[in-house]
Amino acid sequence: MNENLFASFITPMMFGLPLVTLIVLFPSLLFPTSNRLVNNRLISLQQWMLQLVSKQMMSIHNTKGQTWALMLMSLILFIGSTNLLGLLPHSFTPTTQLSMNLGMAIPLWAGAVITGFRNKTTASLAHFLPQGTPTPLIPMLVIIETISLFIQPVALAVRLTANITAGHLLIHLIGGATLALMSINTTTALITFIILILLTVLEFAVAMIQAYVFTLLVSLYLHDNT
Amino acid sequence: SQDSKMASVVPLKEKKLLEVKLGELPSWILMRDFTPSGIAGAFQRGYYRYYNKYVNVKKGSIAGLSMVLAAYVFLNYCRSYKELKHERLRKYH
Repeated sequence: MNENLFASFITPMMFGLPLVTLIVLFPSLLFPTSNRLVNNRLISLQQWMLQLVSKQMMSIHNTKGQTWALMLMSLILFIGSTNLLGLLPHSFTPTTQLSMNLGMAIPLWAGAVITGFRNKTTASLAHFLPQGTPTPLIPMLVIIETISLFIQPVALAVRLTANITAGHLLIHLIGGATLALMSINTTTALITFIILILLTVLEFAVAMIQAYVFTLLVSLYLHDNT
Repeated sequence: SQDSKMASVVPLKEKKLLEVKLGELPSWILMRDFTPSGIAGAFQRGYYRYYNKYVNVKKGSIAGLSMVLAAYVFLNYCRSYKELKHERLRKYH
C-alpha cells in the first residue's frame, strides 16, 4: 500500500523516452487560438474568463508592471489547467514535482526583484528596513528582511507542491479506505464516501485557488518592484 | 472513350485508405510520407479534422471537450497499467 500511494507521483517515462513532456504540453491543446471576432463557444468562454482575470489582476500595476500581463496570464492558465487535469483519474500532475514549481517560481521572483534593483535601486534597498524601527534593532531587522526576501521563491514553490500533493494523497488514502471498509461495515463506508466527495469538491477549489495565489504573489512582488 | 479510361485509373499514392484494396495495403502503407514533416502534417490534419467537426462549430457542446478528456484518461490508464494490475481484487496476483 505504501508503494502504491506514491506510484502516481513518479515521472512518467516510456521506453526511456520522457512522456512527461507530452503531459506538460497537453493543456495547451485545450486552449485553441483564433483570429476571428466571434468565435466558437470554447474560445469565447476562455476569452471572457481571461479578460475577467486579467482586468482584476493587472489593475493594480502601473504601465511598466502591465508589460508582465501576458506572462502572468499564461502562468495562471497553465497552473490552473494543469492542477484541474490532475484531478482526472490516473493522470499525472506536473505541479506535484518540486523541480517544476521551483523552475517557475525562481525565475519569476528573480525577474521581479532584479527589475526593482535596476530601476528603483534606493527604493528596493529601502524594503529591507521597515519604517520607524528603533536604531539598535536595525542590523537584526535587515538580516530578517533579507531572509524573508530570499525565502519568497522557495515558499511559492513549496506552497504549490505541498497543497497539490497533499490533496492527491488524501484522495488516494480516503478512496482506499472506502474500498476496504465496504466489506466490513457498509454504513462507515458510506460516510467515508461522502467525505471523499466533499474532498474532491475541495480539491477542485484548491486547484484553482493555488493557481490564483501563485500568480497573485508574483504580481505583488512585481508591484513592489516597479 | 480514351479519356474516360485514363480518368478511372487513380494512382495508388493518392487513394484514401477506404478505397485501397486489401492486396494493395502493404505497398500503400510503405508509400506514405514518414519524414518528420510528413508525420507532423498527419498530426496537424488529424487535429484540425477533430477540431472543425466538434469544437469549431456554432453550437459546440460539452462533448467536444469531454471526448478529449476521456481519451486522456484512457491513455493515462494504459500508461500506468503495469502498476495498476497489482491492485486488482484477486486472491493470487
